[in-house]
Amino acid sequence: MKHVDEYRDAAATATLAKAISRTVTRPWTVMEVCGGQTHAIVKYALDELLPGVVTLVHGPGCPVCVTPVELIDRAVALADRPAVTLCSFGDMLRVPGTRHDLLAAKAAGGDVRVVYSPLDAVRLAADNPARHVVFFAVGFETTAPTTAMAAFRARRLGLTNFSLLSSHVLVPPAIGAILSAPGNRVQGFLAAGHVCTVMGYEEYVPLAAKYRVPIVVTGFEPVDILRGILACVRQLEDGRVEVENEYSRSVIREGNRPAREMIREVFRVVDRQWRGLGTIPRSGLGLADGYAAFDAERRFPLATVSADEPAECIAGLVLRGAKKPHECPAFGTRCTPERPLGAPMVSSEGACAAYHRYRRLRPAATR
Amino acid sequence: VSTVNPPVVCPVPPSDYPHVLLAHGGGGRLTRRLIDEVFRPAFGNPLLDRQHDGAVLPASPHRLAFSADSFVVRPLFFPGGDIGTLAVNGTVNDLAMCGARPLYLSASFVIEEGLPFEKLRRVVASMTRAAAAAGVQVVTGDTKVVDRGKGDGLYLSTAGVGAIEHDLPIGPAAVRPGDAVILSGDVGRHGMAVMAVREGLAFETPIESDCAPLAGPVLALLAAGVEVRCLRDATRGGLAAVLVEIAETAGVRVHVGEAAIPVAGPVRGACEVLGIDPLHVACEGRFVAFVPADQARRAVDVLRAHPVSARACRIGEVEPGPDGLVTMTSSVGTRRVIDLPAGELLPRIC
Repeated sequence: MKHVDEYRDAAATATLAKAISRTVTRPWTVMEVCGGQTHAIVKYALDELLPGVVTLVHGPGCPVCVTPVELIDRAVALADRPAVTLCSFGDMLRVPGTRHDLLAAKAAGGDVRVVYSPLDAVRLAADNPARHVVFFAVGFETTAPTTAMAAFRARRLGLTNFSLLSSHVLVPPAIGAILSAPGNRVQGFLAAGHVCTVMGYEEYVPLAAKYRVPIVVTGFEPVDILRGILACVRQLEDGRVEVENEYSRSVIREGNRPAREMIREVFRVVDRQWRGLGTIPRSGLGLADGYAAFDAERRFPLATVSADEPAECIAGLVLRGAKKPHECPAFGTRCTPERPLGAPMVSSEGACAAYHRYRRLRPAATR
Repeated sequence: VSTVNPPVVCPVPPSDYPHVLLAHGGGGRLTRRLIDEVFRPAFGNPLLDRQHDGAVLPASPHRLAFSADSFVVRPLFFPGGDIGTLAVNGTVNDLAMCGARPLYLSASFVIEEGLPFEKLRRVVASMTRAAAAAGVQVVTGDTKVVDRGKGDGLYLSTAGVGAIEHDLPIGPAAVRPGDAVILSGDVGRHGMAVMAVREGLAFETPIESDCAPLAGPVLALLAAGVEVRCLRDATRGGLAAVLVEIAETAGVRVHVGEAAIPVAGPVRGACEVLGIDPLHVACEGRFVAFVPADQARRAVDVLRAHPVSARACRIGEVEPGPDGLVTMTSSVGTRRVIDLPAGELLPRIC
């Protein structure tokens, strides 16, 4: 298949792996930010093609995983209301809250629906004026434009029965939080190609300069990822700290202007709590004042209940790149995709799910 | 009671009503008309025409295979088939996977009040065609009508009996390290065909379901003397689920090559767009056969002579267990584990 096969080509992959081996002279630790990249790395066992001195650690770039328990509890509480239809992406339904997940809320009689686009939720609201439709909006900058478009369209349609429970988060503040955390071992970043498709990569330039780390905009196929790693280790070996674009078939420096304008129109930057990372200042997107009528948190004020994570779950350490999923004592035994303790075992972008799906082959040998 | 076979086509309206009513399931006059005007003309055969409470079957000198399946697909009609073709082929294929020659089916209809007769007739006509293609007779059945809103138009349930005309102990327990794994054709068509209709996805090349009867190629394998160890059709959970089930039950490891597994271009494209692994997508006319390695080539040749398995190929082999894992050499040459899909991938597709 054109535009896919050439990026999964065995010969091209081998050539890049050799080039990486020839380049490195010292140990380097590189973090791929995006969960989609984590999955590709684990699925294709790309880390096994790398020289042993290059260590890949998995970043927090799974939006489902970093959504705090409190917000899931809020979504569950909304789904329990008889007049509310709660919509979200499929992965969110199985993420455990304090008491239960959205699937359990659905089984108990709540109207919970899986949608493929926030615009489907707007259509649902337009077609069902007697119901209040809440879209539980989860995602990084990649999906923020479509969420924004949903609010924009709902306002234009004059809908009064549609709102958003926004859990949108931003990548650059998370990179900053990881780099400024004590004990950080990440020396270079593969930035998330699809986030940069929307946002461009200008905002990474000050980060690279401040923390003295190379940041390479990277795609999601095996060849893309190895190209990103090669560019990153070249910079590290040369002592350069630059922002480089190795995903130029999708990303330009200024990103997608109309999409960014739509985000600016509907959202404002807010402090946001991340599961596993704590509250990061100015790291989330909440609804701007002009769209307050579409803010589910303002429409349905709910007492914030403090939520406890399962004590055994090391999701926070995994999301910061401090631990690998298989280093968790519950991995694959008390925590599986069917009975997850934490979100990274649920989501299609979660690191624990990737290890469980592709890598039970050799738990001891996993790097 | 007339014992003369009614005409195969149904020129007479089944009733004066354009839609199925609750009374059509009530056991009275309308039920009788539904049976006489829709079901018997379509399925008519001497066993059914006795109009007894059940079919009385002749004794068989062979071991019998018996299987049952229910069908709740939405939408009822999709490119390449409908709930009727699925219901016949689903049970026919389950019997075929036992190494049996499918002979008799039952067909139970749970109809939602308000279903247009035109749709019911289309489904029944599909079942008639599928049964004829598979060489089976529908010999007994049942009809219930449920209140409007309590069903998705039509649910079907079929059960079937087939004769096992050989002595091979076909099943996971017969699988041995060294066996070859053969796949009967490209994977993922059925699930993506239904998904495309459900989600309103339009592709340049429409994807048609692979729904087809598999008894023909299976019986051909057996007739050719291939010592088939295990057969399984790749329905829900797709090829991945089938391989994992067999590996776990047999206590062996199964290794396949990604490059060897055929996936049609439009199916691959749709899976890429939706983020779905084609190996997890359901088929309704594909199966895997585990055969001794030295008979693999013959088995592939036999299968390729059949239209429904014309693209059969060897995709891998059985390795010593006991871990029950399925592994795959990826397109970049590394090995990974193939897992069962977690949760519902595509709800209500069969």
